[in-house]
Amino acid sequence: MTEPLLFELSSPGRVGCRLPDLDVPESPLPEGLTRRELCLPELSEREVVQHFTRLSQINFGVDTGFYPLGSCTMKYNPRLHEDVARLAGFTQIHPSQNESTVQGALQLMFELQRYLAEITGLPGVSLQPVAGAHGELTGMLIIRAYHLERGDEGRSIVLVPDSAHGTNPATAAMCGYSVSAVPSDRRGNIDVRELEKLADERVAGLMLTNPNTLGLFEEDVLRVSEIVHESGGLIYCDGANMNALLGVATPAELGADVLHLNLHKTFSTPHGGGGPGGGPTAVTRDLIPFLPVPRVARRETGESGTEDTEYYLDYEWPVSIGPVGGFYGNFGVMVKAYAYLRSLGAQGLREVSENAVLNANYILHQLRDYYQLSYDRTCLHECVFSGKTQASLGVHTLDIAKRLIDLGFHPPTVYFPLTVDEALMIEPTETESVETLDAFIAAMRQIAREAETDPELVRSAPHSAPVMRLDEVTAARKLDLRWQR
Amino acid sequence: MSSYIPNTNADRRRMLDTLGLDSVEELFEVIPADKRFPHLDLPRPLSEMEVRKLLGSLAERNADLDHHPCFLGAGAYRHFVPAAVDHIIARGEFYTAYTPYQPEASQGTLTSIYEFQTMICDLMGMDVANASMYDGATALAEAGLMAARVTRRDGLVVSSTLHPRYRQVLRTYTQGMGMEIRQVGHGDDGAVDLGQTTQLLDASTAALMVQYPNFLGCLEDVLALSELASSAGSLLVVCVDPLALGLLRPPGELGADIAVGEGQPLGNPLSYGGPYVGLFACRQRYLRQMPGRLVGMTRDSQGRRGFVLTLQPREQHIRREKATSNICTNEALVALAVTTYLALMGKQGLRQVAELCYHKAHYAAEEIAALPGFERLLGQFFKEFVIRTPVPPAEVNVSLWEQGIIGGYELGRDYPELDDCLLFCVTEMNSREEIDLLASALGEVGRER
Amino acid sequence: MHPVDRKYTKEHEWAKLDEGLAVVGITDYAQEQLGDIVYVELPQPGETLSQFDAFGIIESVKAASDLVAPVSGEVLAINEELVDKPELVNEDPYEAGWMLKVQPQDESEMNPLMTAEEYGAFLRTLEE
Repeated sequence: MTEPLLFELSSPGRVGCRLPDLDVPESPLPEGLTRRELCLPELSEREVVQHFTRLSQINFGVDTGFYPLGSCTMKYNPRLHEDVARLAGFTQIHPSQNESTVQGALQLMFELQRYLAEITGLPGVSLQPVAGAHGELTGMLIIRAYHLERGDEGRSIVLVPDSAHGTNPATAAMCGYSVSAVPSDRRGNIDVRELEKLADERVAGLMLTNPNTLGLFEEDVLRVSEIVHESGGLIYCDGANMNALLGVATPAELGADVLHLNLHKTFSTPHGGGGPGGGPTAVTRDLIPFLPVPRVARRETGESGTEDTEYYLDYEWPVSIGPVGGFYGNFGVMVKAYAYLRSLGAQGLREVSENAVLNANYILHQLRDYYQLSYDRTCLHECVFSGKTQASLGVHTLDIAKRLIDLGFHPPTVYFPLTVDEALMIEPTETESVETLDAFIAAMRQIAREAETDPELVRSAPHSAPVMRLDEVTAARKLDLRWQR
Repeated sequence: MSSYIPNTNADRRRMLDTLGLDSVEELFEVIPADKRFPHLDLPRPLSEMEVRKLLGSLAERNADLDHHPCFLGAGAYRHFVPAAVDHIIARGEFYTAYTPYQPEASQGTLTSIYEFQTMICDLMGMDVANASMYDGATALAEAGLMAARVTRRDGLVVSSTLHPRYRQVLRTYTQGMGMEIRQVGHGDDGAVDLGQTTQLLDASTAALMVQYPNFLGCLEDVLALSELASSAGSLLVVCVDPLALGLLRPPGELGADIAVGEGQPLGNPLSYGGPYVGLFACRQRYLRQMPGRLVGMTRDSQGRRGFVLTLQPREQHIRREKATSNICTNEALVALAVTTYLALMGKQGLRQVAELCYHKAHYAAEEIAALPGFERLLGQFFKEFVIRTPVPPAEVNVSLWEQGIIGGYELGRDYPELDDCLLFCVTEMNSREEIDLLASALGEVGRER
Repeated sequence: MHPVDRKYTKEHEWAKLDEGLAVVGITDYAQEQLGDIVYVELPQPGETLSQFDAFGIIESVKAASDLVAPVSGEVLAINEELVDKPELVNEDPYEAGWMLKVQPQDESEMNPLMTAEEYGAFLRTLEE
């Protein structure tokens, strides 16, 4: 049964919340500016709660089951974080309050900055960006500012691997750069020889993801960094795949100058259906002056002999690229990431990556005889298959994805990276048990068999979802983007 | 081992045996040996109990608004959040879900986004709204970039009464795009100077960008501004307080081409500045240049109604460097809170909240302006107003804080000519008692001088 | 296999001279690669195109591609039917799915474009 929309449930006169009476005299309303008609639905609280409860029941989250979206790191979101993020001392503080009245919040942010600096090896951290793409934009603007500050106006190109996430070239374009693609080699690494040809004095930098979107560690990463640095460019590292490297390697040691992290991937904060997230940007010492303002800083106060630490917002950075958001970033998300890091410590972080990588390799091993493996290498935290074999039987990756829904799993990422035909990108994360992995493996093997024995069953999937396959073509041809009475 | 990792040593042993490996470390041999397994200097791991205690003590070191009357606004507002909102967004099926790329598994999220888009359109009086942006500031910045794409011009005329931080973010976002930003000042009524606007608008102007109510709390003459913009062939971008639209005429009725705003006032706590949610709506004809995600209605193979992400080719994962924006993750759960809030408040409730803010703010303004030494400046306002104080604003706030009151925003930070002024905000959360307390505390300050 | 009365580009556009005007569209290979077309963005009549510059965008559910001009010249007419029925490009890319009629600045610009046979050979190299 299709759940009606709020507007279809609405009935005139219903109210969902009782407000207090006016306790002051009325003032005349502004002439000519008062609204005549306000079209919002009218429902009681009970109806609103029922409606959204039912909607939640036709939604699949990590809580519901295995959600192996590659490069999204759909790990379990600890309940403790939800509780502590809701403390009034965190939710009921105004961003423009006097800094002396919010020392707890500023301390949390300062310490989080420090932990992220330690994990990445990059000492300058800004928590202001609220999403990975936002962190990327911040990072690329920093690179741009760095070159201009040096008086180098000739760097108009950014190099992006052909397997890169779409936000990379989109971000470069938003900074005014044109994008040149760097091909991959047969082992799935950036092609070093091609890079050598491309890296010249017109290149501002290379946007690198490591491990890359194939789930593979860039074997020549040190040489790649060297080539770019030698030509005067910088390395921007897309840290979306950091779940493979926690306590395993620091990006700074691998040549990164600028990096963004995703709090809502690696650091366990919930995805929310598409946000809110956190996309902190980390940079080398030389690039610190360009970070967004304000930065969270600490100073010693008090007379000599007393030890008094004060946290404050520091705006004194004259060559900063400027602020990238309205306030200081998604503080409510930072609280959760902070709690996570305090729970795990260095040892816990390493265990995260070890288990994430073991789980992904286990799946790779157990499915390699059923699906085509594009690159015969040990993967890191995610593995990529091609559905080419099944496609030759008329069953495409999209069909495999829809059939997985029937079998109780959220599909993996499909058709990305673009460099793999009929791509299936599977990232189990460390928070899944071996039983879950075995069940997923069994389901994928079943579908591979069905592709041979009963392809129509797969092609017409899903059969047991709240809706069957939706017509995306008509959705785009006959646009209906809002409900009409 | 952390409790978030289910596998035991025995489980790992079994998996390693399947892989024919002795240890997990072997999986990392691809990492250069001298870079492998660095020592990280981080505090030791804490148990759940200890983390809870630690976070509790950090929270306690913040003076929160449950314990202090607050009259601060300036882009972040304390409004009432009905209990049901948090219960709904705390449902795991909503908050642990990802972007709804597989629509059959995500009808909950997609349906609620469609409802959000609809209500934002109705609230703003616009034709189409996206699934959300990061916040009001970045929504404004993206509106500037969009106007440049639509008009193929590279100039922006921006009002000085637009939130100072938003104007800075606009500069940050446009610094690589070769755009020219001109600023137009305001008059004694606190509204944009129409004469100056006319002079600054020309054939290179992609958009005129204004705020309504503006940063100083005042109501702009948006209709007049829209006429000026269209004579220059420029778009009009209006940045709104969505809660004010419960009472005031929406930007769509006043000539806006693009309407943006900060959705935090609609069902979201202050949260020290984030997460918030950017609202973005525009006219139908500009639809394909709009950034962000869009959800559309369609049917499944059985004819049942369903919802999908649509027009994805405009977005980064398909169009890449030619995308309308690089935005991917937005503020979906915060948008869900907005949707829930608007559903609970409804037609009557939102009007009522807006009126409560309006009348209480006007009452407060009158009380304060009547105090010797205090003067209200500028023209018509909604819920924020400017007061010139007899002693420096910073001192006023110190005195107020001594009585446990969080005072107004010190305008001198952004407007040198108003460095003897405070911007006060009054919402439905401020009772008459609180307002009277504020007035009497200010009265004392006035007397002490 | 490919209509011989016209020339082809590497970006899978075709141009056919018809009473002094160049009619422009995309090839069958292109529409198949794109999938179901949902939207075609075309220039306005009166606009001037430059050979090999982008003049519009064609969108399907999963892709968006630039449309690249095979010849330079002034746009005299666009196929208005594509507004409501973009699927015409899928159904009949060489006739009913035409996109533009252009007054060519210099007909010799079409000389270096591929013939039907050359285009067929080009497609075979892509499939390798």
